[in-house]
Amino acid sequence: MDRISRTTSIRLTLLAVLSAMIVGAVIIVLSDITSLREGDFGTAFGTVLDAYSALFIGSFGSLRALSNTISSTTPLLLCGISVAVAFKAGLFNIGATGQMLAGGMFSLWVGFSMHGPGIVQIPVAILAGALGGALFGAIPGVLKARTGAHEVITTIMLNNMAAFLVLWLLKTTIFQREGRTDPISKLVSPEGILPRLFWFLDDRKDLLAHSGFYVAILAVIIFWWLLQRSTVGFEFRSVGLNLDASQYAGMHTKRLMVLAMMISGAFAGMAGASEVLGTYGYASQNFAGNIGFDAIAIALLGRSTPVGTAFAAVLFGALQAGGRQMQANTDVPIDLIVVLRALIFMFIAAPLLVKAIWRVKAAQTVEGQSFRGWGA
Amino acid sequence: MQLELRGITKRFPGVVANDQVNLTLRTGEVLGLIGENGAGKSTLMNVLYGLYKPDEGEIVVDGKSTQFLSPADAIGAGIGMVHQHFMLVPVFTVAENVVLGIEPTGKYGTLDINKARAMVREVSDRYHLNLDPDAKIEDLPVGVQQRVEIVKVLLRDAQIVVFDEPTAVLTPGEIIEFFGIVKTLLDAGRGVVFITHKLKEALTVSDRIVVMRRGQVVGEVEPSTATEGQIAEMMVGRAVLLVVEKKPAKPGKTVFNVEGLHVVDPDGRAILQDVSFDVREGEIVGIAGVQGNGQTELVEALTGLRKVSGGVVSLDGVDITNFSPRERHELGIAHIPEDRLRQGLIGGLTIGENLVLTRYHDAAFSNGVIMHWDDVRKLSEDLVKKYDIRTPSADMLASTLSGGNQQKVIVARELSRDLRLTIASQPTRGVDVGSIEYIHQRMVEARDSGVAVLIVSTELDEVMTLADRLLVMYRGRIVASVDPLTTSAMDVGLYMAGSSPDQLKAS
Repeated sequence: MDRISRTTSIRLTLLAVLSAMIVGAVIIVLSDITSLREGDFGTAFGTVLDAYSALFIGSFGSLRALSNTISSTTPLLLCGISVAVAFKAGLFNIGATGQMLAGGMFSLWVGFSMHGPGIVQIPVAILAGALGGALFGAIPGVLKARTGAHEVITTIMLNNMAAFLVLWLLKTTIFQREGRTDPISKLVSPEGILPRLFWFLDDRKDLLAHSGFYVAILAVIIFWWLLQRSTVGFEFRSVGLNLDASQYAGMHTKRLMVLAMMISGAFAGMAGASEVLGTYGYASQNFAGNIGFDAIAIALLGRSTPVGTAFAAVLFGALQAGGRQMQANTDVPIDLIVVLRALIFMFIAAPLLVKAIWRVKAAQTVEGQSFRGWGA
Repeated sequence: MQLELRGITKRFPGVVANDQVNLTLRTGEVLGLIGENGAGKSTLMNVLYGLYKPDEGEIVVDGKSTQFLSPADAIGAGIGMVHQHFMLVPVFTVAENVVLGIEPTGKYGTLDINKARAMVREVSDRYHLNLDPDAKIEDLPVGVQQRVEIVKVLLRDAQIVVFDEPTAVLTPGEIIEFFGIVKTLLDAGRGVVFITHKLKEALTVSDRIVVMRRGQVVGEVEPSTATEGQIAEMMVGRAVLLVVEKKPAKPGKTVFNVEGLHVVDPDGRAILQDVSFDVREGEIVGIAGVQGNGQTELVEALTGLRKVSGGVVSLDGVDITNFSPRERHELGIAHIPEDRLRQGLIGGLTIGENLVLTRYHDAAFSNGVIMHWDDVRKLSEDLVKKYDIRTPSADMLASTLSGGNQQKVIVARELSRDLRLTIASQPTRGVDVGSIEYIHQRMVEARDSGVAVLIVSTELDEVMTLADRLLVMYRGRIVASVDPLTTSAMDVGLYMAGSSPDQLKAS
């Protein structure tokens, strides 16, 4: 992307976030029915300020807040990269959730069946997670390359299959914790638990952030290297931008499709590993939560670039961490975070609307290249 | 009506697309606006049509200074625009398309389709456009679709009709019909602006020709006295060879052999039937034909992009019928594809990246895992210079280049290595005069260095002048093989239409 359109796109993204915050403020005011009825706008606006400052303090205002933000950001970032890799290769991976579940189960198995030392067990467990995600990601890749089945459909279906597969596995004797009847797994052996990020602060057991964050940062670097330095990354970008021209150029486009889905799945699988090995120490039925879907918004918000995706993941992680503080400090419910995320997503998807609101004069229209996957 | 553009300047980041342009349009005359791609013709017309707001200058209609803030203002002032790419809804009928936006309504605000039909019929009859209001757009040939666009413009009461590259999509017969329509418009007192880069056509229909170069009007010429060479020189800024200069071919041994090639479409219908020919070292073989007679599929089959259902393709005696595009490429086959934006280039990649698109995996640029971007940069800076690609840097996106320069990128990539065979399909489609000359010279150069060259083109002039041997395709078969030096364009035209000069003489 040349410089002009890049600055325009960054500006539009920031304005989209700002627009969402403003609409969010209006919603906070409108939902404060008591103040509105009494015509007390001062209080209503005060609530907005309180809510947003609580949001900020709860995400960056203290070491604990920072730790919470890091905890929420880690899996979002890994899954965001997962979706972004696929976008770059022209594929729309909605299956990060499924791949995360698959990767989580692989690393869980390594986590409770191996017993140290940590320096061996942790890397093996994380790589197992990447492998699980890659294998699960390969399925929609192969289906698309062989039969033309659209990955949007197949990945959504595979998400459901993964969820039920996990539920079943958690009831088998291999995975289920002894003495339990509900679907809950054995514990990861102590050597296999990802070390705390703030291990040097012994008396702060409340700082839960773990070294899965390093994995996420490493993933950003790998993603950057893949796109900018590697040969296969060049092929991904070509295929993502123009499939016909890539075929003409002699690229093995079908093989590349499968490979892109596998690499995408590997990143999501590492998100699963990080959650199982770091955040929980075991697996329950829905340890993937909504992360795989938030990741789509994150990749779009970050325009599928390594740095952009990282910033977007931090934003979403901060909203999640700060949201809890906001709910505790003010009457504004945490659901506002969901609304904010939806609004950001909406404004990102409607660049013309943002341009009209803020009267941005752009020399070139910035195209949402990320959406290419739909047409394929 | 008289409309003047005075001192129009339009800047985009990094370029001045229009620089103090003055232009006068009048009803009752045909103004030819000519210039290379990127000379600023389209920008100027977009200013005139209210799509761009000029940074400086004014628009004066019949002595009154006005501003066009939107196409609606321009239409209101009597300007009509027929774009190169038609703005029609394919599944709607002619009448439905024509009234879009100005729908005649009956009681309760419903569409009065009978009135719409009558409107189309009335205009169609008055200007002899011969349109059926109930025909669906998708069933109509391109030439007829263009007439629908013309009716649209006329119904909105356009006094001056602007045609942007109107002949680019038309067959030779349709072009003649189009000139007839221009004449009718003039007789009815309308004005016409004819934007083109085809010199011959501009000279045929215009009353006045204005030449643009690099955002400026460089002069006005009188069609009755001007020559093609003169105008071409004004467009490019230097003398241009309009005819290819080449020595007689010295063909060597056969390099490329195609024997009994058959290709069928997914429904099993034959697209290519029993196509056989060969190309020797140091000769250019041209394939002529009206578009859609199997040339696209032939090139795809020869370059490994399409499955062959029968026959043998061989290079230097090696059977390569089922080789992949990359294997063919490695054997020394270059391919300049027919559609440069769909196949030849990736607009979202840089010029440098595009220059290695077909050989990025070579040991020189990649060890299989890591790209050696420094080496790519070295090569691309070299090629940009050697092939005269006009760009500030090889790191710019390919999409920022003009059509001619994009084509030069492809030519540079494909011809700048050891070759046995070059397959070029429509190598100069949509390319400006200067670049056409350049690309033709490169083809002849390749031939003279002993490469076998196959050129497929629907531009008869192009293959007639370039080819040493000319084949004609009709309905998926090679129907004639002639010597372009001793055969007239007329006779080749007959073969292209599925007939033959002998047949004509016999009857």
